[in-house]
Amino acid sequence: MSAAAAKAKRAVRRPVSIASFAQSENVRRDDQHNEVEMLMPVVAEVFANIGITKNDIDFICSGSSDYLIGGPFSFVTALDAVGVWPPMPESHTEMDGAWALYEAWVLLQEGEIDAALVYSFGRSSPGNLNEILALQLDPYYLAPLWPDPVSVAALQARALIDAGKGSEEDFAAIASRSRKDALSNPKAQVAHDIPVETLLRDEYVVSPLRRHTLPPITDGAAAMVLAAGDKAREWSDKPVWITGFDHRIETHSLGGRDLTSSPSTAKAADVAGVADGPIDVAELHAPFAHQEIILKEALGLDDGVTINPSGGALAANPIMSAGLIRIGEAAARIASGQAARAVAHATSGPCLQQNLVCVLEGE
Amino acid sequence: MSGQTTAEELGPVTTLATPIRLDFEFTPGVAQSRFLRGLEKGKFVGQRCPTCGKVYVPSRGSCPTDGVPTTEDVDLGNVGTVTTYCVVNVPFAGQSIEIPYICAQVLLDGADISFMGLIQEIPTDEIRMGLRVEAVWVEPEELTPSLASVRYFRPNGEPDADYETYKDYL
Repeated sequence: MSAAAAKAKRAVRRPVSIASFAQSENVRRDDQHNEVEMLMPVVAEVFANIGITKNDIDFICSGSSDYLIGGPFSFVTALDAVGVWPPMPESHTEMDGAWALYEAWVLLQEGEIDAALVYSFGRSSPGNLNEILALQLDPYYLAPLWPDPVSVAALQARALIDAGKGSEEDFAAIASRSRKDALSNPKAQVAHDIPVETLLRDEYVVSPLRRHTLPPITDGAAAMVLAAGDKAREWSDKPVWITGFDHRIETHSLGGRDLTSSPSTAKAADVAGVADGPIDVAELHAPFAHQEIILKEALGLDDGVTINPSGGALAANPIMSAGLIRIGEAAARIASGQAARAVAHATSGPCLQQNLVCVLEGE
Repeated sequence: MSGQTTAEELGPVTTLATPIRLDFEFTPGVAQSRFLRGLEKGKFVGQRCPTCGKVYVPSRGSCPTDGVPTTEDVDLGNVGTVTTYCVVNVPFAGQSIEIPYICAQVLLDGADISFMGLIQEIPTDEIRMGLRVEAVWVEPEELTPSLASVRYFRPNGEPDADYETYKDYL
């Protein structure tokens, strides 16, 4: 693709703003509320933030997975949290809410709607996450072996060390910094200030991954309102604009990938135009500490970029929502004036198999 | 090598069995827990939407029309109306009731949504829309927070309900 063609491809046809964002408390185990009850206060908050109601919304898209709670069509019953009457166009992705956001954004690009609600929810506590996540692997050669996600991530971390791209000290430094930053995030599940030397005394969970390099297991939900046209200005004095958006996927065969790099992230970053201007803040969905190193390289981020000021997925990892939350956190940094241009990233699948990149800018 | 079969002789693998079993803990939530605790006491507890006034039984915690929490409990009686039904004549795996039997949607008096129940103590060819029925519960010491506490519904002897009273709930 020529430079001009690449530029044309990444051109955003219609500006879309992130008008509002809300997330639930992130907890290890919410055994009090069902999915509707988890979502309802989050949806109410995302509307109340900008003084709108469901009647101002043209389209709803959600992201969730029935495998997490073992209940069929939980995404349909979850709509009860919004109350879709009169009937409203609605869609669902069996993906992190970041992909639901992408679908809503594409529809907004077409110009037929002006406002969309995106939400996602994930309850990791009702089942055994190690078993559930094994089922996202290739069903013929990998899934029958039931490899747990920590072991699969450990293969990647080991490959990274062998390639000379990172060390256990580097992983510990990322975990230490992330959870220290999480102290200022009221929604963080795991936040503390523990120095690298102390972390390195942790036992291995699966070598070379020690406990601190793992994401917490989290129940949580998040919601976002997107606006275009007049509504974007009406609902915000200082809109946060999506100026680049793309997602790419790699083969599901782990043996067919170089686990130490992320070409799908690099490709998405190119199409989204990450390098078209300076990046102040990056919110990266790196559930395992070592994955930040891979993503930083793929996105071409220099050491001047503030990474995961929220603490990232190491502070809270509500499955199906953690990616959408990265975009919400990055937008919040722009809305507050702390950043002018930010990149947010979401991932899905084992070892960063599928990646989404979203560039956000203020005015 | 004599006696061993080669891969070529066996031909390509055409099927692969990969047994999967996952176990989950169900979280009914605050609203459904109130319904289930009601069953444990031998009664149906619905919840009212503060916006439209409709009564859901069971409620999942919100009014699906208005998207607001259903906070007010409503004790519903034991009596309702069959809005629609089917007679099950087909045996299937795991069937615990002798066929033929009647599966019906029962609209409890005071509720705005029907739910599925087993109808007994009536010949299958006499089941009809509008039939008035009452719940038959298990013995008090057998009550649990589960729909298993309701053994079945049976005709309660009242005249059939007028179609106008349930036509909006079909």
